Amino acid sequence: MTTRDGRTVRIAAGQGFWGDWLEAPVRQARDGPIDYLMMDYLAEVTMSIMQKQKSRDPSAGYARDFVPLMERILPDLVERGIRVTSNAGGVNPRGCAEAVLAVARRLGLPRKLRVGLVSGDDILGRLDELIGRGHPLSDMETGRPLADIRDRVLSANAYLGMAPIVEALKGGADVVVTGRVTDTGLTLGPIFHEFGWSPDDWDKVAAGTVAGHIIECGAQASGGNLLKGWRGVKGLANPGFPIAEASPDGSFVITKHPGTGGVVSVASVTEQLVYEMGDPRSYITPDGVADFTTIRLRPAGRNRVRVSGIRGGPRTAMLKVSIAYFWGYKAVGTLVYAWPEAYDKAKAADRVLRQRLTDLGLAFDQILTEFVGVDATHGRLSGPPHPDLPEVQLRVGVRAREKAPVDRFTREIAPLVLTGPPSVTGFAGGRPAVEEVVAYWPALIDRREIEPHVRVAILEA
Amino acid sequence: MTVAKSAVRPLQLRYLAHARSGDKGNTANVGLIALEPELYPILVREVTVSRVARHFKGMVNGVDRFELPNLHALNFLLHEALDGGGTISLKTDAQGKVYSTALLRMEIPVPAALARRLVRA
Repeated sequence: MTTRDGRTVRIAAGQGFWGDWLEAPVRQARDGPIDYLMMDYLAEVTMSIMQKQKSRDPSAGYARDFVPLMERILPDLVERGIRVTSNAGGVNPRGCAEAVLAVARRLGLPRKLRVGLVSGDDILGRLDELIGRGHPLSDMETGRPLADIRDRVLSANAYLGMAPIVEALKGGADVVVTGRVTDTGLTLGPIFHEFGWSPDDWDKVAAGTVAGHIIECGAQASGGNLLKGWRGVKGLANPGFPIAEASPDGSFVITKHPGTGGVVSVASVTEQLVYEMGDPRSYITPDGVADFTTIRLRPAGRNRVRVSGIRGGPRTAMLKVSIAYFWGYKAVGTLVYAWPEAYDKAKAADRVLRQRLTDLGLAFDQILTEFVGVDATHGRLSGPPHPDLPEVQLRVGVRAREKAPVDRFTREIAPLVLTGPPSVTGFAGGRPAVEEVVAYWPALIDRREIEPHVRVAILEA
Repeated sequence: MTVAKSAVRPLQLRYLAHARSGDKGNTANVGLIALEPELYPILVREVTVSRVARHFKGMVNGVDRFELPNLHALNFLLHEALDGGGTISLKTDAQGKVYSTALLRMEIPVPAALARRLVRA
């Protein structure tokens, strides 16, 4: 289906995050021709959640949804020759790979399945050694050295690029399972493998990076969350997830399967391009630096947008490291106040609640009050509310390093129903939950400390 | 030629642009995209760092602006906009998803005839 002699390689996005629409990868595999199914599961703090799961159960620590999904679609993938790249492996890529192999054996596929296993991104066990050898792993935002919070670190992973994915595909992997590989690497890997491009062809790296960025958030590039002309976006009950059709000249087309909902347009692709953007001239990944000011977009038929002209520069000497650490606790309580004078009642309730928290001597790092229906999304920019609002939700959040004040706060919401302002409802959910706050610590490390430790294994079932 | 003051009126950005926003730590970004390519120079001229900083006064601390003429878009970084950001934030919009439309509330001066056409469309 794929060739290196002038035809395109089709990479389809199956998940934009862990928890995205479960039907999407199934439809990508069945509703039209694709060569690769790319699935991104890892957000910034996902690794710490997985680390916590693994500490309770050594066989856990990866995106569990990935395994039943593979069980559902492996027969289609094998029949159609579709290969998978995914960072579903989280902090236990071996566990994830073995679970996929077990599923493959159970399914009795017509041929053996090869799973590529990428490891070496996890540096939790090497932190003291690295700090000891003079790598401070300072927070990129605050400059503080990691030593300040070393005893609270829960997970630490370097962002790997496309290289191990290319190697796994070269080794014949049908499904590549990784830990913390960048979302863009999951797209770059297949393109570079298919076209045999050199990893230091920086314009090609930049082009593949942009393709990866466009499809990595799933339907957000194909009509989902599209603001321009949102009423005219049809068929979102069955949105077509984006597909990048890469050409050997480094340009590509973003499209979706025929017969699916949503839309691929210059507007839908542009909105995704600017999502989570920093300095557009230097979009830095482990594989290179893309210049988003060189991207050319033009319509290329119904639900097709051609992307070309992309320039890029060499990769940097450093890799980003994603560290998660225990911060403390938070909780959010809500109550709904009804007409008449709903907003005034909600404000009065907030004053009562805050007085009680003060009287109890509870200390918080932050208490934040929002009035949903008045100011929760745009703050003071919303202007004065309509004087006759039908209802207002009072939403109060607290956070603290210690658990006790947050726990006590959660017991102060329900009492307001009988001891505060009138016309209050919406507390059926009971006492708010105390949540552990795991915070993100982005750092940099010399890539020479990481790359020699990266391993690619091909497992067979 | 100078345009007479009466020929200019304030218009909300929602009539000139669409937008998407996201987060990086405690910083929100807003990509502001001209609804038509001809409107991009107006955005470049009128949606300045100082105007955006004034618009978000008290909500953010520091604004950067980048130009993407190829996409007819401006990218704004709004620093300290997310109550700590990520998992720490207590905000409903902890990930800055709707700073996009908050920017579209901003008014800029636009030639009155153009404003009439844009509001009708």
